[in-house]
Order: sequence, then C-alpha cells, then structure tokens
Amino acid sequence: MFLDSSDSIEKFGLDFIFSRNWDPVREEFGALTFIYGTIVSSFLALLISLPISIGVAVFLSEIVHKSVRTSLSFLIEILAAIPSIIYGFWGIFVLAPFMRTTIQPFLQSVFGFLPFFQGTMYGTGLLTASIILAIMITPIITAITRDVLKAIPVSQKEAAYALGATKWEGIKMALLNARSGILGGAVLGLGRAIGETMAVTMVIGNKAQIKASLFEPAYTMASVIANEFAEASGGLQVSSLIEVGLILFGVTFIVNSMARLLIYSVTRKA
Amino acid sequence: MHKIISILILTVMFFSCGKKEVAVNKSGAQINGAGATFPYPIYSKWFNEYAKLNKDAKINYQSIGSGGGIKQITEGTVDFGASDSPMSDEEIEKANSKNNNSIIHIPTVIGSVVLIYNMPGTEGNLKLSGDVIAGIYKGVIKKWNDPKIKAENPGINLPDKEIIVCSRTDGSGTTYVFTDYLGKVDPEWKSRIGVAKDVKFPVGQGGKGNEGVTGLVKQLEYSIGYVELVYALQNKLKYAEIKNAEGEYVLPTLESLTLAADNSISEMPDDLRISITNSKGKNSYPISSFTYILIFKDQKDEFKGKTMKAFLEWALTTGESFAQDLGYAPLPKSVSAKALDKVNSIKIQ
Repeated sequence: MFLDSSDSIEKFGLDFIFSRNWDPVREEFGALTFIYGTIVSSFLALLISLPISIGVAVFLSEIVHKSVRTSLSFLIEILAAIPSIIYGFWGIFVLAPFMRTTIQPFLQSVFGFLPFFQGTMYGTGLLTASIILAIMITPIITAITRDVLKAIPVSQKEAAYALGATKWEGIKMALLNARSGILGGAVLGLGRAIGETMAVTMVIGNKAQIKASLFEPAYTMASVIANEFAEASGGLQVSSLIEVGLILFGVTFIVNSMARLLIYSVTRKA
Repeated sequence: MHKIISILILTVMFFSCGKKEVAVNKSGAQINGAGATFPYPIYSKWFNEYAKLNKDAKINYQSIGSGGGIKQITEGTVDFGASDSPMSDEEIEKANSKNNNSIIHIPTVIGSVVLIYNMPGTEGNLKLSGDVIAGIYKGVIKKWNDPKIKAENPGINLPDKEIIVCSRTDGSGTTYVFTDYLGKVDPEWKSRIGVAKDVKFPVGQGGKGNEGVTGLVKQLEYSIGYVELVYALQNKLKYAEIKNAEGEYVLPTLESLTLAADNSISEMPDDLRISITNSKGKNSYPISSFTYILIFKDQKDEFKGKTMKAFLEWALTTGESFAQDLGYAPLPKSVSAKALDKVNSIKIQ
C-alpha cells in the first residue's frame, strides 16, 4: 500500500492529511474530510450503541426469564447476520424519511441552540449514518457483554445477595467486574463501524465537507474508496485513494492500540 | 471398505475429468467484455438474443463502469470494453502502444441524462435551461422559487423551499455527459468545476450509482438529481424539459435523441468520437450521448474475432430494434452505416 501510494505521498506530503480539498478534475487530493467523517460517525455510533447494548445484555443475562432469553438473544444475534447493503436500503427508504419528518425536527426543536442540530434537514447525513452503524454494532457488543456477564461466577453474585445487596446493586457489581470485557466488545464494535462501507455510503450523503451540524452530509474513508476506485482515471487519483486506505489502516491501528491501553489500565486497577 | 472408497473416488475423479474436458472445449468460446453500466440493460438483452441465434457465441459482460472498461481493455484483460464517453487521445495512445494494436470506437445506441425532481403538489413538467441547471449545481440558485426558475415556469406554483441537490458520487459516464453539457452552456462551469467522470460539486449530496441518486430524489422532498432516462421511467419520477441550443424546451424521446445525433453528424470525425450534448436542431434533446463499444482492430483469436464481428453487425442492424423499449434511441441510419464500416474494418489474423 505504501509503495502504491508513493506518488500521492510525494506530491502532497503531510498536506494530504490536513487538506479538505478533494478535486479529481484538478488532481488535488486531501483526506481530512474523510478522516473526520469516519471518526465522528464511528464514535457517535459507539456512543449511541454502548448504553443500549449494555442495557440489553444486562436484561438478557440478569433479569429476564430463561425461556425468553434464548429467543430474544437469537433475535438480536440475527441482526448481526443481515448484510450491510440491506441495512443501507432500509436506511435510505425507511430511516432517512423518518429522520427527516420526526427525529430531526424533534432534535432541532429541543436542542436547536447547539450547532450540532442546526441547518437543513435532509434525512440522510452524518447522524443517520451513525444510527445505522449503531444498529449494526449493537448485536456484537451485546453478545460479548452478555458472555462476559455470564462468565462472572455465580458464587460472587450469591455472596452479594447474601450480604443484602439489591438486584440493582448486584448488577452494578457484575458490570464493574465485567468492565474490561465490555470495553473489549466496544472496541470490536468500533472496528466494525470504522470499516463499514456499503450501509454508510448509502445514507451519509457522500459530500467531502466538515460541518458542525450532524444533519449535514459527510463522507468516510471506506466510502470514498468504494465510490471512486472503479472509475478513478488518473494515476494520481488511484494513488491518493490507496493513501486514504493506508490512513484508514493507520486510524484503525491507533484506535485499537488506544483501546488496548485503556483495557490494560482498567484491568490493572481492578 | 477401502476398496469401495477408492473406487468411489476414482469414479468421481473420472467423471469430473470428463466433464471438465467437455467444458473447456465449449468455454474456449467465451468472450469477455467490461465497461459502462449505462448500456448494460440493452447489452445484456443483445447477448441473450444473440446467443439464441448462435449457440457458440457466449458473451459475458461485466458492468463495472466506463473508466473500468477503458482500464480493462488497455490492460488487455477483456476482449472488448464499453464506455459512455469516448476515450481521450492519451488513453488511446496508451492502449495502442501497450497492446501493439489500434483501438476502434463503435457507437451502439444513444442514451440520455434527465433531471429528475421531487416536488410534491406541482403539476406539469418543470422547464429548465442549461443556465439554471448550472446555477443549481453551482449553488447559486438555492430555492425553488428563485426568479430565474420562476421566469421559465410561469404556470407552476413553485414553493419557497431550499433545493436539495443530488449528484453521483462515484465516477461515471453519466456525470461525464452531464458535466460535458454544463461545460458547453456555462463557461464558468468549465473553468471552475470541469468536465469529467468525477467532479467536485460545490453543493448537495451524492448517491452511489444511478439507483443511489434515484433513491435519494425519491426519498427527499424538494430535491433534484440527474440520472439516465431509464431509471426515471422505471421509478416513475418526473423529469424536466430542457432548453436546447435553439431555445426550445424538449423532453428526451426517440425523435429528440435521434435528432440530436443526426444534427451532429456533419461534425463527426473519422474515428467516430464525438460529444452530442447541446447539439443544434429545433427538437433535439441537449443532454444525450452515444455509448461506445471499444475493440481492437486486429483480432488475434480467430473464433473470438469472427464472433464479435458477426455479433456487432447483428447488433447494429437487428439489435437496434430492442433499443426503444429499454429507453434508448437507436442510431440514425447515417451513423449506423459509419459504425458498420468500422465493424468491417476489424481484421482477423
């Protein structure tokens, strides 16, 4: 990858990472908008998905009756098996109109003073892409969190209850013990979100720009590669796209190592 | 037990060998092509119909996009390529020198790009001039009730809503035809944004593929987008009448497309590479284009060369009758004669 992107690395140098301009006609390429789109959409997705996943996992492993548990977890796991193109179609035909008519006007009326929720409501855009991603990574994080919770010895729970802990206190203790595993699940989910291409491409709006508003269209690294690679004409464009791939690789690497460090520090404290 | 298993394995091997041999003999005849997505519906129809006439003619076409088609034929990995925009001099030079051959362009059908829009509560067709379209895509015209749009559509009640501009985000022949047209009607477009398969649009959002843009326009109220005619027809979306070079507002029809091609014929060079956007003629539709099959002049494989030649002759004559049903216009007689000459110039070694 490094070799194939050497043309663009030579021509643009570090500017490639800090330039917002992507103009195939003039052969000027910069990846900042794509890096921004990828990171913001993925972290936003994680932010939405994490509380839901943990809630569902706790519900499945601690609260609900066994018979419901199996069928419910099966249903959630089946979400992970849906191809991303289907999520994309669902996103554009069901979620986007719903966002436009219901969720975005609501957000604007309540939080409209924040720059994140201002501007025109398209339905598609950064926020919609994040929600699609959140739905896609929820089953992964849920499954892992549930398994980690299951791995906590029953004796520990019983001990807690024996000491007079309420159900809520018991769950709190379990979550505290499982935190490194939950973080691991979150990282796995984040990795999936960063690399996701089709579903995001279909709803994010594919516009290389950085705007404060989450309603505005954006563009991710994986999407630009998928969109432009097949028809990329000049050698420089191909080379730049490969460099975008290289950066995507780098970002994934950095995010993963940071997560590793986080898990390491959390487990050491325990 | 062991004996039975080994006999079984041997039998399986024997039969699979036999099968393979038969398949190789037949599939040696497989012809591979790749390129534009825009003519894919008619090409696949042609290959199907032609295979009924000539059982040995197995033509496999991958619709990977015009740029991909040019790339593949340049690399020599396919037997023919297909593209909506003719190859540039540079690309031809590269393909010729790499394969020690010369590439020829064979126009097959005429296609058109239409401006689809989603404006609930309006009746009749919107009328747009090239100037206004360029204004919308440059972000200068922001609202539907802009005086410039109003001036062209006195009968339509235009809402005070922001225009949501949709374009193709992946490189495509459709974008090339569209920007080629805008470049001709608006000099500022040409110098500031450019004419290419993939340009940086100042405003709006992008969908992937014709179906992506169609989906966006269908879902987003008060949006506008550009797609190939067939997608507008299939999805029953409204599309605008476009003002042509003579000041008339026209819809893409069989006649208006054929006329656009006919009116450009006098300017057609010997290699048949020509853009027919914004062409002269009172009734010609201005955003249209030939789509081409790209093939090398010297065919090294006798069977493939002969089959392709026969196929192209059939396509340019009998095959043209399938065009209209699929939203394309057949070539005018004058052009198809020139195209047939090109087919006849293919040499089989």
